[in-house]
Amino acid sequence: MSKHQRPRILITGAAGALAQQVIRRLRETCDLVAVDFREQVYLGDDIPSYCIDFNKRVFEDLFRRYEFDGVIHLGRILSSQLTRMRRYNANVLGTQKLLDLSHKYGIRRVIVLSTYHVYGAVAYNPALIDESAPLKSAGLSADLVDSVELENLANIYLWRYPELNITILRPCNIVGPGVRNTMSTLLGSERAPVLAGFSPMMQFIHIDDMADAIVAAWSKPVKGVFNVAPQDWVAYQHALKLCGCKTIPIPSIPPSVPKAIARILNLRSFPSFLMAFFKYPVVIDGRAFAREFGFQPKRPLKEIFRYYRDNKKPV
Amino acid sequence: MGLASYLRSKLIPAELDEQVNRIRKPIGTLGYDPWGYNDEAVKYGFSVARQIYEKYFRVSASGVDNVPAEGPVLIIANHSGQLPIDGLLIGYALASREKNPRIPRAMIERFFPTVPWLGNLLNEIGAVLGDPVNCAKMLANNEAVIVFPEGVRGSGKLYRDRYQLKRFGNGFMHLAMKYKAPIVPVGVVGCEETIPAIANIKPLANALGVPYVPVALPVVLPAKVHLNFGEPMYFDDAEIPEEQVTERVEAVKAEISRLIDKGLSERKRLF
Repeated sequence: MSKHQRPRILITGAAGALAQQVIRRLRETCDLVAVDFREQVYLGDDIPSYCIDFNKRVFEDLFRRYEFDGVIHLGRILSSQLTRMRRYNANVLGTQKLLDLSHKYGIRRVIVLSTYHVYGAVAYNPALIDESAPLKSAGLSADLVDSVELENLANIYLWRYPELNITILRPCNIVGPGVRNTMSTLLGSERAPVLAGFSPMMQFIHIDDMADAIVAAWSKPVKGVFNVAPQDWVAYQHALKLCGCKTIPIPSIPPSVPKAIARILNLRSFPSFLMAFFKYPVVIDGRAFAREFGFQPKRPLKEIFRYYRDNKKPV
Repeated sequence: MGLASYLRSKLIPAELDEQVNRIRKPIGTLGYDPWGYNDEAVKYGFSVARQIYEKYFRVSASGVDNVPAEGPVLIIANHSGQLPIDGLLIGYALASREKNPRIPRAMIERFFPTVPWLGNLLNEIGAVLGDPVNCAKMLANNEAVIVFPEGVRGSGKLYRDRYQLKRFGNGFMHLAMKYKAPIVPVGVVGCEETIPAIANIKPLANALGVPYVPVALPVVLPAKVHLNFGEPMYFDDAEIPEEQVTERVEAVKAEISRLIDKGLSERKRLF
């Protein structure tokens, strides 16, 4: 970080709620540049913000112009967004471009946001899955392939270019104000579908805690793959109850029935390829990250659920 | 309040509430642990199990104090009787003991998580998918873990094979050695007579994706159950070839066999 007085960081996915929380935390101490390929967001006069597709050539100009020290890659398209093809292009090919440029321009720290979905929800999952567990998700649904490939790619770069100091974060369900993912939509709704007779254990992390985790990862250049999850657990249907959601049971056996129903309903908040996550638990072990980066989530589950209960009509 | 709290007051007397609260568990802020154990559900389970244990099977348990008061421990028993009633009874015996009660965790067959309601229910009262990773993490959490090394080979056996121990897997011994967990052998007598099966319909079991489909009466018979807990057995964590691990497993198996014979000789009549 000798080039500038303050470290200069590229933050992707700037239009998302998580990126904006990270920006709020880092803008005091770092020079930030924000990009998002969905829209250009105004983040104040001190933060240049761009709407760029990573696969376009102009993206490289940013690296030339700003001489970044680090990259925080939060711009992962969620599995509930866009088509499979476009998601693959953005998440896998876009990330490859980003990592290639990071290598070419001598970036010293890269943080990549992944998801716990990569582990895949299967009946035989043990609880407290650690980072070395196989990523079964690719074999379960073609819609989650891009999540796994993004990870594989980041892993290859992690070993091939150790100087990039890549850290991959696999968080549990990120929820809280402004979050627009599947789980947040469900918790915020009046009525939520459940699979009859199944209430898997789940983990939730508040968006503010997740932003703290990313900042903690930024401040200590330890490379590797880390789960991020609090040491607290709750059953899915219990979580819905605490959020004030009425549950709508969907017949759960044989397994093709709920999938067919989800496909017919075509709900964005209850996609058929995530069905297994509402059936079987994927409980990850976040202790390695907590130990390594001295991270302790501050917002308890009750506070998260109270927010959803009190804000049934999201803005 | 409504029906729920009325039922709760009827089913869970204050002393039971106290008994369960006394047992410390590594649970989160909402009463769950990573495997789905829930302290509220356990209270209901405890209340129901008490009736089953005391009234229906009239269990006589001896040596339950052989299970150490704390630290990781493996409770190894013979498996029998089609349904996991033996696990429930061993669990209750330990949870209801006077001195230092513990709520043990039972390792269950791999098909239970796929059964709606039942899978979650079993998880809530402490049962856990029988995966070595789960067992290892629980021992690291200082839990008492019930393992039936015979697995479905034991629970699915027919009435004519009763009290003949099937092959024991070696997995539990590796875990006991690695986590320096003592092994408490248990001989269960009586569960063989609860659901006597004369045959197993294998094609139907395959079609349904379950381990076995017994031909049996559709009732659980109220056989009197004897649980005999043996002295804890300690094994060092030396690097030894699998052959010697098997010898250690055989030693545990022999001890369980002895405890079963003890139970059979104590038994006056079947019911």
